[in-house]
Amino acid sequence: MYEIIEGFLEAVELIITLDPDVMAISARSVIISFAATIFATMIAVPLGAAINFGTFRGKKSLINLIQTLYALPTVIVGLLIFLLISRVGPFGFMRLLFTPTAMIIAQTVLVLPIMTGLTISALSGVDPVIRDTLHSLGATRLQFLVNIMKEARFAILATVAVGFGRAISEVGAAILVGGNIMASSFMSSTRVLTTAISLETSMGNIPKSIALGIILLVIALGVNLIITTIQHR
Amino acid sequence: MIELIDVSKRFGDTVVLRGVTARVERGEIFAVIGPSGSGKSTLLRLINLLDRPEGGKIRVNGVDIHAEKEQRLRIRRMMGMVFQKPAAFNSTVYENIAVGLRFRGTGEGVIREKVRDALDVVGLAGYEERRARTLSGGEMQRVALARAMVIEPEVLLMDEPTANLDPVSVGMIEELVLRINRDLGTTIVISTHDMYQGQRLAHRIGVLMDGAFAQVGTPREVFTVPASREVARFVGIENIIEGVVVAAGNGKSAIDVGGIPIRAVSPLPPGEDVCLCIRSEDLRIVQPDGGGVPGGNSLPGTVTSIAPRGPFSRVTVDCGFVLSSILSWKAVDSLGIREGSRVVVSFAPEAVHVVGAAQG
Repeated sequence: MYEIIEGFLEAVELIITLDPDVMAISARSVIISFAATIFATMIAVPLGAAINFGTFRGKKSLINLIQTLYALPTVIVGLLIFLLISRVGPFGFMRLLFTPTAMIIAQTVLVLPIMTGLTISALSGVDPVIRDTLHSLGATRLQFLVNIMKEARFAILATVAVGFGRAISEVGAAILVGGNIMASSFMSSTRVLTTAISLETSMGNIPKSIALGIILLVIALGVNLIITTIQHR
Repeated sequence: MIELIDVSKRFGDTVVLRGVTARVERGEIFAVIGPSGSGKSTLLRLINLLDRPEGGKIRVNGVDIHAEKEQRLRIRRMMGMVFQKPAAFNSTVYENIAVGLRFRGTGEGVIREKVRDALDVVGLAGYEERRARTLSGGEMQRVALARAMVIEPEVLLMDEPTANLDPVSVGMIEELVLRINRDLGTTIVISTHDMYQGQRLAHRIGVLMDGAFAQVGTPREVFTVPASREVARFVGIENIIEGVVVAAGNGKSAIDVGGIPIRAVSPLPPGEDVCLCIRSEDLRIVQPDGGGVPGGNSLPGTVTSIAPRGPFSRVTVDCGFVLSSILSWKAVDSLGIREGSRVVVSFAPEAVHVVGAAQG
């Protein structure tokens, strides 16, 4: 118990003194996960809209498949991307393995199903009378889609928050395709909060693990606070 | 203006509309009345291109609206629709009303002017910056009406717009409907299950029953000369009695109702099975020795019940068959009647509307 309290106090000191190592890992985590969330949003929102408003055979099965993929294990995503970008893989020539880019790709793939699924839920949750009203007011297809998105904006925003939360908190794919490397330059390193916590804990550096854990929680809390504030405006 | 030609619609195995045919003239208020589930909303949705019919045609200004795919948007933009459930976009009242104008690429200056005018008309001036979803149901429905109004549609479709509103809001919406029609000349098709609302607002009424128009006519025609027993029942005629024509001539006839002769005005020939429709308001109840309607039917009977109905009483009399009349409380008191009293029910032959039983 004493060790935990001591570790916690040291962690607070690391944060207050803005320990360069801790700050660099935190910043890298945010940048990589933020980039992955942006890319995933750019794919998931139009894809979700197309699935929700489209009429095609197998629509229900596709939605079921997407929902099943919510629970996609991060190590499976990591393994899949690893196989694709490793030296012997089809994209090996791009030399992406153990780079932040590889981590962004892996996190994008990881959060894509949940963001697509939640986008479908957000759009299908819009009151049918609102949809009828838009048609009835003479909306073109594009005007209809834009206005439905506007109606579902808070639910879509929540989807983005969920995506970011899943991206920043995953560890399996980050270790597999990132390698948890601490290089001399900021952007060639791949050590992020989750991989660093894993490493520091295994090395017995509990205060640093706790510090990184606290920062991870604060980031998650901060994102939620921003979303909640926007939703209540 | 709007022609409905043998329109049919089904959802799965359920047939909702089966051969709806009618014509709505330019500038008129046409009310579609009928019980819940009779297909009123479906019919309006078909006119507004929100659903497709399985059969028949809907023509607006001569154009078959469901056949012209390229013209769908243009046709839809000729119409506005107000739905039963007031639906507001998650934005300000101003933005809610401006939506249709923005779709049409109207300039901001014109939008501002039109929204302000529309808010004045619906009695919500100064509400521009209010969040639409914080409004009451009645206010929200007025916003919906303003939203449909600003696009200046040739045809305004209203699907039970007052179904969930309080009486004050109902009055306001009805006043607006009449005003829009009178001032802007907008053709209005309104559906309602409130037959009296149809009577208050409409130039003509279509009574939709079991997916088809059972009668189309002026409110006076529908309420006094219903085309069938079902229509008579729906428009509130309480006394519907079956009988057989036994003699006829000069537009008048004698009808046998279980051995009791009734005189009525009817062109139907002897031997025809008929239904007699008599409005409660047309029945007079008098003392056995009192004077009935001169030259009318006078049927002795016994009062079986006196039930309060608002400021009136519904008096039921057994004359061999049951007849109901509406009397003021004062009239009941002055007649001194109670359950078991002997009375005479009197009514003129002209008060009896006769329909063939086959039509019922």
